[in-house]
Amino acid sequence: MDTFVQLVVNGLGKGAVFALLALGFVIIFKATEVVNFAHGSLVLFGGYLVVVTRETLGWAGAAVVGVLSAGLLALLVERLLLSRSRLASPFSLALLTIGVDVIITEEIVRRLGVSLPFIGDAWDAQPLQVGGVTMFRTHLVAIVVATVLITLFFLAFRYSNWGIAMRAQAENKEAAALSGVRSWVVTSSAWLVAGLLAGVAVLFIATQDFSGAGLSRGTHSIALAAFPAAIIGGLDSTAGAVVGGLVVGLVDALSTEYVSFAFAKSAVFLVMLVVLVVRPSGLFGTKETTRV
Amino acid sequence: MLTVRNLRVRYGRSVSALHGIDLDVPDDGVLAVLGSNGAGKSTLLRAVSGTLGLHRGSVTGGEIHYDGTRLDKLDPAAVVRQGVVGVPEGRQIFARMSVEENLRAGGIGARSAAERTAASRRVHELFPVLADRASQRAGLLSGGEQQMLAIGRALMSSPRLLLLDEPSLGLAPKIVERIAAIIRDIHEQGTAVVLVEQNAVMALGVADHAAVLEVGTLALSAPADELAESEDVQRLYLGGHAESEAEAERQVEAAHEQRSAKRRLSRWSG
Ligand SMILES: Nc1ncnc2c1ncn2[C@@H]1O[C@H](COP(=O)(O)OP(=O)(O)O)[C@@H](O)[C@H]1O
Ligand SMILES: [Mg+2]
Repeated sequence: MDTFVQLVVNGLGKGAVFALLALGFVIIFKATEVVNFAHGSLVLFGGYLVVVTRETLGWAGAAVVGVLSAGLLALLVERLLLSRSRLASPFSLALLTIGVDVIITEEIVRRLGVSLPFIGDAWDAQPLQVGGVTMFRTHLVAIVVATVLITLFFLAFRYSNWGIAMRAQAENKEAAALSGVRSWVVTSSAWLVAGLLAGVAVLFIATQDFSGAGLSRGTHSIALAAFPAAIIGGLDSTAGAVVGGLVVGLVDALSTEYVSFAFAKSAVFLVMLVVLVVRPSGLFGTKETTRV
Repeated sequence: MLTVRNLRVRYGRSVSALHGIDLDVPDDGVLAVLGSNGAGKSTLLRAVSGTLGLHRGSVTGGEIHYDGTRLDKLDPAAVVRQGVVGVPEGRQIFARMSVEENLRAGGIGARSAAERTAASRRVHELFPVLADRASQRAGLLSGGEQQMLAIGRALMSSPRLLLLDEPSLGLAPKIVERIAAIIRDIHEQGTAVVLVEQNAVMALGVADHAAVLEVGTLALSAPADELAESEDVQRLYLGGHAESEAEAERQVEAAHEQRSAKRRLSRWSG
């Protein structure tokens, strides 16, 4: 039972991080209908900036720089590349993001060389005992941080003019434009927010607790869990992204424990396939993924 | 004053939808744009609103000016900020958002908070039903209410020129009359209107000037009452929907009656 509780907490901790990633992914999709395959490279980029600035700025300062850099990179990708190809279809824009992903990822992996630095703070690898249950501090911090950020996001999404503009554009581009919604503001803010969330996520991923590995190509692979998470929740559903993230975290944690580490990755995709068969638009989505 | 000069529009590379249109809409005018399906009416409004790009279309020639500003180089959000706001064909409300949120979205193009507040008051006066349904999902409104919402949303940015694309489409005759009355109200409150319609009876009952489009060219432009009386036009356009000649004549009668009816202020009360 204790093991189970522990697994659930750890699963939710991972899930919270996947939720941040999936949420960014879904925001971009909602605003632009583009599937952003460069999400993993945004994660790596944020992490890399933490690594190179930590010496001088300390962990907290470096974390801020990392998060902002990931946001800025996302904004630049949108402004400099995607927005220039305005008439291209979402499909070809998705291909463009694959190119961006490869370039950024390979460059960072090359720069990292053989060093695989952890970027967790002092809380990393100092398990916490609560009753008979051992919990990773990183996961607890991740749950708290993700809860705060996701709550803030939903408040803004629901009540602010930004949220109204965002939802209006997601639902009907032409009607939004005729209402005076500036399409480029919605689109670039979606990318900015997604980048910032990716920058936060990496602070938890490249840790001993979360992955047992520092910043590396592996970080990128872990970030790819945002795809099944978003697809499970429904590509165009923000609430779905959060649920999908948690589902992926739990499935990952439980199948690692009860089956095997190697099976965990397939388990996530198995769950995704089952969801797609039963509900082609994902748990909360309205658009069929197969259409994308 | 809206002026359209020698406007040419293409969709993609091959489809030429408008080949040289000239139009004027004075600041106190209501212009009816008539024409059968595919004539280019929606295309004309899209060109003014700047939304052609969303349909893979583009202005390939000519110019559109509004009060000295050239519109055809602006994006749709900037056109809204010039005071020119469109209600698209088929209403296109945000069905998954609440009525109130739809109106808030419309207010995004407003130039100031004070203007937004005033616009909101005006919209709720014109359409009390929208206040009653404020928290309801817009997709659950009836067709007529959705059209009210679409017009209300456009009014939220206090336009000086309102572009309406077939507001009567798919609505029952009673509702169409109400919409017509509302358009008159909006005009009397000082907003110029371009009213695109296939329902010529309704449009000529509201407009003071009318233009007839035929496959991308301007076939006719005349004061609305002249047009309503011209025999050719009666046969060609007013009778366009009629099942029989008798029905056509009845419709013409109706148009005349509507025109001569006293233009009283009326309210939509749902
Ligand atoms: N998105 C589009 N792509 C290609 N052709 C279009 C598109 N929209 C309209 N057209 C064509 O342009 C012409 C005018 O259409 P439209 O402006 O919608 O007419 P109306 O509103 O008068 O019915 C028609 O021949 C129509 O087929
Ligand atoms: Mg049309």
